[in-house]
Amino acid sequence: MVSLFINGKKVEAEPSQTILQAAQKLGIHIPTLCHDPRLTPTGACRMCVVEAEGARTLVASCATPVSEGMKITTHSELVMRSRRLNLELIWSDHPNDCLTCDKTGECQLQRLMYEYDVKTSRFTDCNPSSRPDDSNPAIYRDMNKCILCGKCVRICDEVQNQHIWAFSNRGMQTSIATAFEKPLRESGCVFCGHCVSVCPVGALMDKPAMKKGRPWETRKVRTVCCYCGVGCSLVLHVKQGDILKVTADTHSPPNYGSLCVKGRYGFEFYRSPDRLKSPLIRDHIDQPFREASWEEAIKLVAQKLMEIKQKYGPDAFGCLSSSRGTNEENYLAQKFTRAVMGTNNMDNCARVCHAPSVTGLRAALGSGAATNSLADIEGAEVLIVSGSNTTEAHPVAALKIKKAVRHNGAKLIVIDPREIELVQYATVWLRLKPGTNVALINGLLHVILKEGLEDKEFIRQRTENIDMLRQVVSPYTPEKVEEITGVPGEDIIKAARIYAGTGKGMIVYGLGMTEHKAGSHGVMSLANLAMITGNIGRPNTGINPLRGQNNVQGSCDMGALPDVYTCYQKVDDPAANKKFSEAWNCQLPTKPGLKEPQMYKATLEGKLKAMYIIGYDPAATQANIHHVKSAMKKLDFLVVQEIFMTETARLAHVVLPAGCFFEKDGTFTNAERRVRLLNQAIQLPKGTKHDWEIMCLIANAMGYPMHYNHPKEIMEEVASLTPEFAGISFKRLEGDGLVWPVWDTNHPGTPILHKDTFTRGKGKLNDLLYTPSEELPDSSYPLYLTTGRRLYHYNNGSMSLRNPEIHSISSEEFVEIHPDDAGALDIKTDDRVRVTSRRGSLEVKALVTTRSRPGSVFLSFHFPETPTNVLTGPGEDMLALTPEYKVCAVKVELCAC
Amino acid sequence: MATKTCEQPKDKGIDLSKVEKILSDYKNARGAVIPVLQKVQGEFGYLPESAIDLISERLNVSSSEIVGVSTFYAQFHLIPRGQHIIKVCCGTACHVKGATKIAEKLSETLEVSMGMTTKDNVFTLEEVACLGACSLAPVMMVDEDIHGKLASDTVGAVLQKIKESGTTQPSE
Repeated sequence: MVSLFINGKKVEAEPSQTILQAAQKLGIHIPTLCHDPRLTPTGACRMCVVEAEGARTLVASCATPVSEGMKITTHSELVMRSRRLNLELIWSDHPNDCLTCDKTGECQLQRLMYEYDVKTSRFTDCNPSSRPDDSNPAIYRDMNKCILCGKCVRICDEVQNQHIWAFSNRGMQTSIATAFEKPLRESGCVFCGHCVSVCPVGALMDKPAMKKGRPWETRKVRTVCCYCGVGCSLVLHVKQGDILKVTADTHSPPNYGSLCVKGRYGFEFYRSPDRLKSPLIRDHIDQPFREASWEEAIKLVAQKLMEIKQKYGPDAFGCLSSSRGTNEENYLAQKFTRAVMGTNNMDNCARVCHAPSVTGLRAALGSGAATNSLADIEGAEVLIVSGSNTTEAHPVAALKIKKAVRHNGAKLIVIDPREIELVQYATVWLRLKPGTNVALINGLLHVILKEGLEDKEFIRQRTENIDMLRQVVSPYTPEKVEEITGVPGEDIIKAARIYAGTGKGMIVYGLGMTEHKAGSHGVMSLANLAMITGNIGRPNTGINPLRGQNNVQGSCDMGALPDVYTCYQKVDDPAANKKFSEAWNCQLPTKPGLKEPQMYKATLEGKLKAMYIIGYDPAATQANIHHVKSAMKKLDFLVVQEIFMTETARLAHVVLPAGCFFEKDGTFTNAERRVRLLNQAIQLPKGTKHDWEIMCLIANAMGYPMHYNHPKEIMEEVASLTPEFAGISFKRLEGDGLVWPVWDTNHPGTPILHKDTFTRGKGKLNDLLYTPSEELPDSSYPLYLTTGRRLYHYNNGSMSLRNPEIHSISSEEFVEIHPDDAGALDIKTDDRVRVTSRRGSLEVKALVTTRSRPGSVFLSFHFPETPTNVLTGPGEDMLALTPEYKVCAVKVELCAC
Repeated sequence: MATKTCEQPKDKGIDLSKVEKILSDYKNARGAVIPVLQKVQGEFGYLPESAIDLISERLNVSSSEIVGVSTFYAQFHLIPRGQHIIKVCCGTACHVKGATKIAEKLSETLEVSMGMTTKDNVFTLEEVACLGACSLAPVMMVDEDIHGKLASDTVGAVLQKIKESGTTQPSE
């Protein structure tokens, strides 16, 4: 610590801190235009100059470190004169456009002109004016207003790591430009909008909000993003029931001001004319829908469900809830299924993504959740990113990975068949054959154990079954693993040594681990890796699934699963069954219910007669959708609660229109177990109802009293029945939320799990053999197909495709194919090709790229015109029954047309 | 960083293996951008877009940053230049001796505005502040040679001579 004097007041500061930071400690306001605490200081704008006793000139406080005994004056006459002159110089090259500028009220230049009482400039503008860049739908750029602070350049480089912007030319002609002045769409821009968020003036603006209202006219509503499992905190700017734009609070976890294109520009779907606005009913799915009143629709659903229950028994009913729904809605869905319908046939769309994480992590550690927080990524020394195209699927989490590597010197090990963007940051890239995860990880375990790199003390004290594990992995030599996976043995050895050589090794993984026949096994293998190296239970370690949808964690925590109540209390545990039966005032079934794929099977066998599906579109997103659709068509009664007419809703007897997340109060739980409040920003569209209200109406109509005034009362019920949620209430969640377990009302939450002991006691080292995928390429279908997500879209596209901004940037699907395979098939980029598997076939444009592994092609499933899931299947995870989206065999042919 | 695809290179006729060769001397070197750009420009006479993209990838410096550097220094050019570079001196002495007229005449004869290259890619016309040959004012420099005591009716002949001599040495 050094001490210095600012305006005569003594202050202590770290030697690495700047004069500006020291002044902020004292509450002294020094003006800045180019400063942002997230960015390297450059001292470019000269507004923060201060007088330092003994210095020859004024110094830039944002870029000057403190030193012992320094005497600083922040607002002397000399300083004030300099700042005024500086403002005059800036103003001389800035259009006097405040009356019509959208930035007015938020503009930092305007604020400083006011503060320093600078009315005009004595200097004249020498720069010819340029035309604003209106070439893309998201970011409007007017270089005439640019003050060259360089924040957009630095945030794009240092935080987003895209480095699209740079200073161009020199002297008076200096401007901010992309390479070769290309339009943003052609420049590699990912439309995260970071540059817009830091622009102090009106040079960069969110285009959708322009000319719609001034900052003081909007209400700011904090909520949580509805896209991926990172669960970014959002600030919605609302005017007269309309959302104008989305920003993020730089102080709020997990995103600290960062957003991706979906979070910032993907909000307009709520006002799509396609929103469902009235209940729709029909007797038979061959008939057209007709609009019905809520009374009629609720009565019909209640009556039909009671009939089916009486005629076929409770187990003829199954419910699927949504990982996009709130915790409260998921809780009610499973309560309805168990208490009202009397069955455990309850599942949610986590079944098709991270169910193997729940299964695998519970088997290994006792808790099916991420062990550490997302913020921990930045401080890790070694990161394993496995089966996660993080930059596209969880963009804000990827920023943390890049920061760890670029700024904090972490080593990155990427395990992925595709050359994802993170490969550019990787020390080792293990490009395995799709579906060989367990073999590869066994190879890593083999090297660690053979070379004695394991944490023997940790293994002895905290785990069990090490002898069996040793025995099972002993044949997985680097040579043998190279043969199975295609990864060079030396890279396996290198990766194993790097990961075992640190006490801060963190594993982050995605659906590339789980959506396999051996998905749960893959997760257990990763847990083995963490446990034998002792990389778990401390900061910057652990094993962390990046959840696909925003509330995958929450929907599972709330018991929307066939075998458990809230927080994994087992339905066949007599104590838990008794507790819930008493609380819900009925006798609950003890037999675990059907998992989602089993429901379709049971339907085709005639055992399941009715389904209730909430905010989930399996007819588009389940594997092998022909099979799924044929099951749905066989149902006597299908109710779908939705915001849009999805593929699944098209097969329903009753469609009930619900509210979307901007219209809701409730909570989401993100990938790091952070439970956070959603705040209703806009009214429900006329004719729609909240999901939780709909459930209550149906339950009541069926004679089971279910009444809540507000979702917070539902959370109170959850807290009363769930030890891990005992300390959670809406009141306590205000602000940044809480990370469960929260054992009592004073408990601060638990960002790191398994600190002193694993949830199950000792960690289980599961001895696992490699199991090949269900369907491997052969002479008829010679290529692997893997599926995944693209940056601009989300899931079935029902929300993301309905944003005009995003749609205009990315409007169609393409199959990625390696140049070697494309060459052999005479396929070029943009050619239309036919992709065929044993289950179906589709046409799509080709993109020839080395991103694809030779022998593998890649498709997303966002676009209804390209129904990728007609191809997928038939494999499923051996334990969790999650479809093997990541591996099936296809052939690709050039279309004749 | 931009998406990687296997599309055709943007500048036709640019042999990127020459750029690769230049880059091979600068593997893992810090501060290599300017020397690499100088050598690449020495090779092609300007900095082709595809070359900049390759330099960006190899040196791990963004294309926008490299273009920023290239536009900051007067020595770098992003568009192709002529076989011969004409630098008309507009320093004080030349100005007094009628440099403006010389410049106008050149522009008229070559049918090209200042800073631009003729359609046949033979000449690029530029202004410079002073060539330091004031005793010969008004002067212009064509490639490495100084031409002094010019008059607006004689510059045409000088150009013709250069064109006929057919030197195709690209300029620095």
